Amino acid sequence: MHNMSTPGPVSTTLSKPLSLWRRATNVGFIALASAAAVLVLAPLVAIFGYLLYKGIGSINVAFLTNTPKPVGESGGGMANAIVGSMMILGLGSLIGVPFGIGAGIYMAEFGRGKLVTLVRFTADVLNGVPSIVVGIAAYAMVVLPQQHFSAVAGGVALGIMMVPTIARTSEDMLLMVPNTIREAALGLGIPQWRATLQVTLRTASKGVITGCMLAFARVAGETAPLLFTAFGNQFWNLNPNQPTAALPIQIYSYAISPFDEWHKQAWAGALILIVLIVVAVSAVRFVTSRGTMANNA
Amino acid sequence: MGVGIEVRDLNAWFGKAQILKEVNMTVGANAVTAVIGPSGCGKSTFIRCLNRMHETNPDAKLTGSVKVGDEEIYGQGIDAVDVRRKIGMVFQKPNPFPTMSIYDNVAAGLRLNGFNKRRELDVAVEASLQMAALWDEVKDVLKKKSGSSLSGGQQQRLCIARALAVQPELLLMDEPASALDPISTGKIEELIFQLKTQYTVVIVTHNMQQAARVADYTGFFLMGKLIEFDKTEKIFTTPSDKRTEDYITGRFG
Repeated sequence: MHNMSTPGPVSTTLSKPLSLWRRATNVGFIALASAAAVLVLAPLVAIFGYLLYKGIGSINVAFLTNTPKPVGESGGGMANAIVGSMMILGLGSLIGVPFGIGAGIYMAEFGRGKLVTLVRFTADVLNGVPSIVVGIAAYAMVVLPQQHFSAVAGGVALGIMMVPTIARTSEDMLLMVPNTIREAALGLGIPQWRATLQVTLRTASKGVITGCMLAFARVAGETAPLLFTAFGNQFWNLNPNQPTAALPIQIYSYAISPFDEWHKQAWAGALILIVLIVVAVSAVRFVTSRGTMANNA
Repeated sequence: MGVGIEVRDLNAWFGKAQILKEVNMTVGANAVTAVIGPSGCGKSTFIRCLNRMHETNPDAKLTGSVKVGDEEIYGQGIDAVDVRRKIGMVFQKPNPFPTMSIYDNVAAGLRLNGFNKRRELDVAVEASLQMAALWDEVKDVLKKKSGSSLSGGQQQRLCIARALAVQPELLLMDEPASALDPISTGKIEELIFQLKTQYTVVIVTHNMQQAARVADYTGFFLMGKLIEFDKTEKIFTTPSDKRTEDYITGRFG
């Protein structure tokens, strides 16, 4: 150690070629890591590829603009289910995003003591509740009092499912914002609610949005909680207070049907569902990335 | 124009630990007052009591009186938010808002207080950056670069500009140069020197040479008490208290 001042030995060590063993382990670990990466990507690529292969043939103008035809008639499409899904997901986000972010802000910024632990614990439990149970809850809360199925009921079910994911990711992301940023805002004489929303939350916005998108993508494919809330519909419906078609339900009922053409349409529906999720997530990312500086630009 | 501060019988706690004990101090207007002392002596807590930042910690308690100008900032019905708006603060580590551009950082205090006239914002941003001696370095990238893309010394001057933009009567600086290299430190000190023509400045510093260079008055804190407070020259040449002398000659701390 006391030879540190003489640069000689250090530079010779650096220029010496690595031993065979070091090179072998290096190659070995890179190979392992790459293999793991491929293993993670493979199912996604396989699923998407298979969906494209099976579904693309049935996607045409009629599929995207028509409602389902009765049994026996050929043609028809899932336009009502596409629009219905968007409507239900929109209603779900309207409930899930504000409550989720609100709960996250409460846990990270304002909550103290046992109540925070309770809220956090509840969110974690809610995250583990099977989706069909959430569906039953929405059924009891919305469908039974109203005496009819509706997109609103479906939206409530999906919204409830989004809350815990959004709340917990928002909390984690807000807690990652250094306290010095909060102090800077308060030191400027900015009221705390404003500092929280426009400084702290804005600093954490990237992660919070990722949480929202994750929750959105997760519930977009949910079928079980929609079965007895939104219920499904073979016709056009734009009234959120009426039974509404949704892609997952439509895919499910077509997939278990005995008809070949319906099977093909189910594949096409699944493809559209994935495309819808990807488009929605990318659009939100694009819109929200404008006007905010990257953290380390 | 700056205003003076009158601190009377100030006591502060975190939980059960008493951080400040019976502090009395009169800070003159349009002068630089330095607060020195070893780590943990309460000097940061002291200046955080001057703009009611102390109470942002949930365990914090405080008794006593602080008058800024004619106003008792701990008086009944006084809103801490209004107090902080009139008293600027610069922190130890540069803390620009990372997702905002340079311009937005400086404008933040005005905007988030509901001030939104574009032309006047432009004027305020330029004037503040000029005053913080940062304008020439950033005028071409005001809206293109984020505050956190600047160097540490520039970031700290940006934070000073941000504090000045709301036109405070008083500027508090909590070890503003402790995370900076000597050149950036020199720039900050030069800036402090110029700021005192318009503001009252209170600066906490670890660095006694810095206090000797920039401050007109210096207070020495030890274990929560203000041991001695006098003209800087007096403190550093003929201190009246043995403990002050021990500290400035490097015998402890």
